[in-house]
Amino acid sequence: MTFRSEDSGTGPVVVDQEERRRAAKARIDRIGSWLMPAVVMIAAVWFWDRIVVWNEIPHYILPGPGRVLSSFIEDWRILFPALVVTLQITFMALAVAVIGGVGLSVLFTQSRFVEMSLFPYAVILQVTPVVAIAPLIFIYVDSRIVGLLICAWVVAFFPVLSNTTLGLNSADHNLRDLFRIYGASRWQKLRFLQLPAALPYFLGGLRIAGGLALIGAIVAEFVAGTGGIGSGLAFTILEAGYRLNITRMFAALILIAVTGVVIFTVLSFISHMLLRNWHESAVKKEM
Amino acid sequence: MNDQLPVKLAATPLALRPKLLEMRSIAKVFAEDVVALSDMNLTVNVGDFISLLGPSGCGKSTALRLIADLIHPTTGRINWSETEHNHTISVVFQEPTLMPWATVGQNVWLPFRLASRSYRSCRDEILEALRLVSLENFEESYPRELSGGMKMRTSIARALITRPSIMLMDEPFAALDEINRFKLNHDLLQLKEKIGCTVIFVTHSVFESVFLSDRIVVMAAQPGRVHRELTIEEPYPRSDSFRTSAEYSAYCRTASEALQEAMGETN
Repeated sequence: MTFRSEDSGTGPVVVDQEERRRAAKARIDRIGSWLMPAVVMIAAVWFWDRIVVWNEIPHYILPGPGRVLSSFIEDWRILFPALVVTLQITFMALAVAVIGGVGLSVLFTQSRFVEMSLFPYAVILQVTPVVAIAPLIFIYVDSRIVGLLICAWVVAFFPVLSNTTLGLNSADHNLRDLFRIYGASRWQKLRFLQLPAALPYFLGGLRIAGGLALIGAIVAEFVAGTGGIGSGLAFTILEAGYRLNITRMFAALILIAVTGVVIFTVLSFISHMLLRNWHESAVKKEM
Repeated sequence: MNDQLPVKLAATPLALRPKLLEMRSIAKVFAEDVVALSDMNLTVNVGDFISLLGPSGCGKSTALRLIADLIHPTTGRINWSETEHNHTISVVFQEPTLMPWATVGQNVWLPFRLASRSYRSCRDEILEALRLVSLENFEESYPRELSGGMKMRTSIARALITRPSIMLMDEPFAALDEINRFKLNHDLLQLKEKIGCTVIFVTHSVFESVFLSDRIVVMAAQPGRVHRELTIEEPYPRSDSFRTSAEYSAYCRTASEALQEAMGETN
């Protein structure tokens, strides 16, 4: 189809100025959302490099980005096993947090009295900083791994618990009535109504818990402080600090940050996939 | 029309219908001494289309919840007829009340799912219920993909699938626009003709109640009670031309007057 502008007011598809501007703006936003952070990152790395070079800062005080990068390659034998250990503890803690958090919240919705009795203690556990509890845990628990796991779990389970509890109680009241009218059992109500209604809340809690499990694993290891075989990224940082190997400290630190971002992204993706058919948060807005 | 208009409990054709349930001097008092209903008597016959019409706070929804056995009367009794001891009840609420995580088909499946029947074993019934509300092509859609009227029709399909002895509808069309409301009024009457179930329909709207029902129970508030009962003698099926007829206007005037009286009594 040809487009002629001169004679007809009834051309094929006329897109007005406003719509064209809106489309252009959407395109710019889409590109900008990843381009802008990338630009900031490049600028920051460049600036970091220049500061080191211009001020002739020795590498044992502040290494340049190039050195940190080469440390990744040289120290990979040390960094990778440590990363694996940290990831193991993080995911085990997250798994236990999910099982414990969901299990406890289901128990809470089955009995108001259990909720009344236990919820305040869950809050106490949450508001007490894990660094303060960790030394005690390592006194009473022999296994280092178990100690780390407990610390990470203490930090990670609360968002799962509180969000899931809220979600289980948020099912529509009329739907509850309908379930009663059709004679649903407790189990049916939980399985077909409360658990699906709680899913978006649970996934929100899970995303927070993922980051917290990593933080718990790292903090606990700092407190535990013992090295040897099977130590994670936190101990790598401590040890590199003792040796004034600042470069490796940076490498481990960046690895932790990247791990946190990856965990968050993966959990967000899972959340999106599970909710994309029905939940407002995951549904693409239609104009 | 005047106040002396003889409004009997039920005219002859209605009286011939077998009794389905009877509310005998029902009162419901909520905590803090809120009297939601006082001394309500109502006989529901098989095949009745009854509208409960009244201002807010007159206990219309309380009456529905009592019949649905979601709450229990403070005093009085609800007697179901002997032949209906296996009665099935369906409810349609003001909101469509669908499960957003389930497809239209799965939502309609709910009553059977709770009776432990598999989707496959009752798929024919699900499709039949969807056909009744003209949604047979939307089995796989999610509620968010539907318009307000279609969501409400899904909700009606879910209520119909059990072939209930009585369908309780709590202002089901109040949130819809007028075009959709008229259409659903029309469709609801057609459905009732096809299925022949008993309906109790709560509404604020005089026009809706006259168009739909053969009996209108006008209720008054504070305390909630039955003010008066009207019979709409117009035979079914009623078409949209009924809406513009002189009889319709006359019935609406009577019903409005009754409603005015009911509200005047409330002080």
